[in-house]
Amino acid sequence: MASLGGRRTTFLTGKTVTFIVLVLGSVIYLMPFLWLVRSSLMSTGQIFRMPLEWIPKPFRWQNYPQALTAMPFFRYLFNTLIVLVFVEAGTLLTAPMAAFAFSRLRWRGRDLLFFIILTSLMIPYAVTLIPTFILWKSLGFVNTYLPLTVPAWFGGSAYYIFMLRQFFAGLPIELDEAAYLDGATPWQVLWKIVVPLSKPALITVAVFTFLGVWGDLMGPIIYLNDAKKYTLAVGLTIFRGAYSTKWNLLMAASSVIMIPPIVIYFIGQNYFQRGIVMTGMK
Amino acid sequence: MLALPGIVGYFLWVLGPTIAAIFMSFTNWSLAGKPQWIGWENYAKLFNDFIFKKSLFVTFYYAIGSVVAGLLVSFFWALLLNVKVPGRSLFRTFFFIPSITPSVAVAMVWLTLYHPQFGLLNHIFKSIGLPALRWIYDEKQVIPAFIVMSTWTIGYTITIFLAGLQGIPEYLYEAAMLDGATWWHKLCHVTIPMMTPTIFFNLLMGVIGALQGGFTQAYIMTSGGPNYSSMFYTYYIFLTGFQYGKMGYACALSVIIFAIIICLTVIIFRTSRYWVYYEALRK
Repeated sequence: MASLGGRRTTFLTGKTVTFIVLVLGSVIYLMPFLWLVRSSLMSTGQIFRMPLEWIPKPFRWQNYPQALTAMPFFRYLFNTLIVLVFVEAGTLLTAPMAAFAFSRLRWRGRDLLFFIILTSLMIPYAVTLIPTFILWKSLGFVNTYLPLTVPAWFGGSAYYIFMLRQFFAGLPIELDEAAYLDGATPWQVLWKIVVPLSKPALITVAVFTFLGVWGDLMGPIIYLNDAKKYTLAVGLTIFRGAYSTKWNLLMAASSVIMIPPIVIYFIGQNYFQRGIVMTGMK
Repeated sequence: MLALPGIVGYFLWVLGPTIAAIFMSFTNWSLAGKPQWIGWENYAKLFNDFIFKKSLFVTFYYAIGSVVAGLLVSFFWALLLNVKVPGRSLFRTFFFIPSITPSVAVAMVWLTLYHPQFGLLNHIFKSIGLPALRWIYDEKQVIPAFIVMSTWTIGYTITIFLAGLQGIPEYLYEAAMLDGATWWHKLCHVTIPMMTPTIFFNLLMGVIGALQGGFTQAYIMTSGGPNYSSMFYTYYIFLTGFQYGKMGYACALSVIIFAIIICLTVIIFRTSRYWVYYEALRK
């Protein structure tokens, strides 16, 4: 009896210790966000004050409108959304097409070709960066949104094709066979049967795509040279250059740019976590 | 043919540019003039390029540090997050949120955390009696500072570790319990061996990612300085190609990192058979 009780206590204290360490860890991982929000609501004077103060006095809510008008925020937002819409549309149209052909249709050379496409996961983006730029330059499309959006219309990324293929492969093939017997074409089977059953995977791809476009810095820096065409991520770096001493405004602008990914994450959280696991495990 | 866009895209955006990069690395292409074939000249120049050597060193330093630190820290948190405690899914969210934050915003926040005068980290250091540091403004401290920063955005690694932990069959732990194993024994003799495939995956992805990392940090936070001490490789490629317009030379740089990544991938795969446990391969 005594030993049983003893084990139960260690089990319980083990959980308590885990809980306490997790609380401490969460505080550490959330600290930068608290710091950001706190600094975004202060005067620059208070940010620099010693000793450290956590509560803004007074709360300078006006930092936010000031930061958003100091840079052409809504123009940048609009530009980012344009890129986003075209990239999402292209990815969500062509990635499922490729994934469908690689998982649910039979044709010669299918597996070999799929393997070749998978090797592209190993090719660093630094290698393709310069020739791709020269291609767009020679076509005369630098300083347009085409270099940032058109690649998405060619299957998006091998990651997405791979992820969707894994998901599609798990759906029962009898569904397709029944539809073919009724005279459906592969195109109809894809969009009427497979896609509606694959919402978790598609949402994951959409969220990944969103995060990629929203945070992309290299692409817009290289391809856009007209300040009016900048996206939010580039806009923020420009803002830092122009207002390098106004830390409070910089922090306000940074908080704003963080909000959409966090909102999207909370909406798609359950699907999204599963999606990461899908890419991780073969 | 439904796969056509994907296949065309592969040749257009991946294979084509890769082959083009290899060709271009043998030319002196700058955006202004016509390219000339100069043979191995770009590669010969690398040997005398101080910044190239420095950036290679910096990138390896960062890659080794951030991959090792990232694996240890994320494994630690995954172990704890796998315990059934109240509010577990909330904790998981907290650890994941930094990873979905746009890298530009991450750089901005850490710029102020590391600020020598009013940064949070120096406030903490001073309050517990440690000397204030210069962090990213010091040649010796900048890479360690970036390694610390990289352990903030490990949500994806944690998630994959968690999935691996959930895949370990319960009966192994029960058998270990019957043998009177302590939690430490269970960790060393059940959890870690069973997790080697997941560790392998995270290691490989971590190495490939870290060798291409650092661009945003260098671009926003340090401009590669002080004194080239954070001249990450991709940032140097970017500068060479797009600031100095030396496209041929930048391609030679990119071919080198490509070759390094391929070699390391092969090495990691080759050595994996000595330490990765595959259930399916066991005879």
